[in-house]
Amino acid sequence: MVSLVPRTNGDAPTRRTPRPSSVQLKYVMAVSGAVMFLYLVAHMVGNLKIFFGAESLDLYAAWLRVVGAPALPEQTVLWLVRVVLLAAVVGHIVAATILARRASRARPVKYAHRSRVAGSYAARTMRWGGVIVALFIVYHILDLTTGTLNPNGVYGEVYANLVADFAPQRWYVTAFYVVSILALTLHLRHGLWSALQSLGRTRGGNLAALRATANVVAIALAAGFLVVPLSITFGLVS
Amino acid sequence: MRLTLKIWRQEAPGATGRMVGYQVDDADEDMSFLELLDVLNEKLILSGDEPVAFDHDCREGICGSCAMVINGEPHGPQKATTACQLHLRHFRDGETIVVEPWRAAAFPVVKDLVTDRSAFDRVIAAGGYISAPTGAAPDAHATPVPKANADRAFTAAACIGCGACVAACPNGSASLFLGAKITHLGELPQGRPEQDDRVVRMVEQHDAEGFGGCTNTGACTVSCPKEIPLDVISQLNRDYLHATTGSRRSA
Ligand code: HEM
Ligand code: SF4
Ligand code: FES
Repeated sequence: MVSLVPRTNGDAPTRRTPRPSSVQLKYVMAVSGAVMFLYLVAHMVGNLKIFFGAESLDLYAAWLRVVGAPALPEQTVLWLVRVVLLAAVVGHIVAATILARRASRARPVKYAHRSRVAGSYAARTMRWGGVIVALFIVYHILDLTTGTLNPNGVYGEVYANLVADFAPQRWYVTAFYVVSILALTLHLRHGLWSALQSLGRTRGGNLAALRATANVVAIALAAGFLVVPLSITFGLVS
Repeated sequence: MRLTLKIWRQEAPGATGRMVGYQVDDADEDMSFLELLDVLNEKLILSGDEPVAFDHDCREGICGSCAMVINGEPHGPQKATTACQLHLRHFRDGETIVVEPWRAAAFPVVKDLVTDRSAFDRVIAAGGYISAPTGAAPDAHATPVPKANADRAFTAAACIGCGACVAACPNGSASLFLGAKITHLGELPQGRPEQDDRVVRMVEQHDAEGFGGCTNTGACTVSCPKEIPLDVISQLNRDYLHATTGSRRSA
C-alpha cells in the first residue's frame, strides 16, 4: 500500500483513543445478548405450560415467585433474575448506541451508487430490529407483568390474562406480538453466531455450521413463542 | 465499446466534490479498468482539462494502490480481483459506470479518487511487525511450522492493505485488515512473543484512527480482492480477549 502523505508519528494528528475499545464493546454485546437469550429459552419453554391447562400455568407462575424458598425469602430469585436481565438490557443498548455512533462517524459520506447488498438482511437490520424488540418489551411488561394494559390484568391469573389478551377480537395485539417475535427472530439469526464470532469462538471450518445452527435455534424459539398467542386467537386455547 | 463514466471529482482535501459524467467511445474489452481511465485522461489532457487523479502502482494486483469503488463495489464487480486486474469485458457496451473514492472518515479524499490511507501505516506501526535481531539470516528450516498454521498464516498474509474492506463496511471498520495482520503474524512462531501486545496496540490505534467497530456483516470479505476469510476477525477477538484477561498480561 502507498501512503500519499507520508507522516512521521510526530506529525500525525493527536487522536484520543476512544474507550472502551470497539472490541470490548462487542464483548459487552455478546455477553449481554447471551444472558437475554438464555432467559428467552426458559421463558418460551415455561409459556408452553398453557397447553397443560390453567392450573398448570398458574401454579408454575406462582412457583416462579417462590423459587429458592424457604432457603431464600420469596421472590429473591425472581428479583435476582430481573436485576440481571435489566443489567443485560441496559448494557446491550448502551454498547449498541456507542458502536452505532462511532460507525456513523466512521462512514460520514454515502456512496452515490448503492452498494450491492453484502451481508444478510438480518445483519443489516440489527439496529432497527433491536429498537422494535425493545419497544415490545416495554409494552409486554405493561401488558402481562404489571397487567396495566391487559383487559383482565389480575396479578397471578396468568392463564386468564393471556386468554383475555389474545382473544379473537383483539387480533391486533396478537399481530403486534407476531411482528415483534419475527423481529426478534431476525435479530437472533444474526446475533447468535455473531456473538460467538465476537468472543473469538468461530473458525473457518465451523462458520457455516454455526450460522445454520443459529438459524434453526432462532426459528425454533420463534415457533415456541408464536404458538401461544396464535392458539388463543384461533380458539384452540380458551 | 462505448462507456459512460460518472466519476467523483474533488480538487483538494476538504473541497466539495461532485460526480462528473464522461463518454469514452473507443474502449476495448481487453483493457483493464485503469487503462480505461488512462484513455479518458489522455483525452482530458488534450482538451486542456484536469485528468482524473487515481492511485495505481503495480497494476498486477499485488500492491493494493488502486482504490476505487466501481458501481458501488470496492474494486468493482469481479470476485477476488483488484481494479487494475478488472477487465472491461465484464461490462456491457453502452453501460454507465459509477466510480467513487473509498468512503471512510479515516481515509480522507486527497483528490478525485485518491484517498490518504496512511491510517493503515500507523495501525501497522502500532504492532503489525515482529522484532528480529539483525545479523546472519537463520536457516530457513531452523524453526519448524506445522502445515496447518503455515497455511492459515499464508492465507492471511495475502492481504495487500488496499482498504477495500473499510470501503465496503457499513461501519467503516478495518477489522478484516486488522484480523489479517493478527492472524498472519500470530500463526507463526516468530510472531508469538509479541502476540498480546500487538493486538492491544493495533486495536487501540485502529479505534483512534476513527475506524468503526465490527458488526460481523461480512461485506468486507465479499469485497476483499484477496478473499481474506471472516474468521480472521474471530482470531482478532480471541487474541484480544486473551491479552486483556487473565494473569498473563505482559507489560
Ligand atoms: C408470544 C410470546 C410471549 C408470551 C405469550 C409471553 C408471556 C409472558 C407472561 C405471561 C409474562 C408474565 C409472567 C408472570 O407474571 O409470571 C411474561 C413476562 C416477561 N416476558 Fe414474555 N412472553 C412472550 C415473549 C417474550 C419475548 C419475545 C420477550 C423478550 C424479548 C419477553 C420478555 C419478558 C419479560 C422481560 C418479562 C418480565 C419478567 C419479569 O420481570 O417478571 N417475552 N411474558
Ligand atoms: S483484508 Fe482484503 S480488502 Fe482489506 S486491506 Fe487486506 S486485501 Fe484489502
Ligand atoms: S495497482 Fe497494484 S494492486 Fe492494483
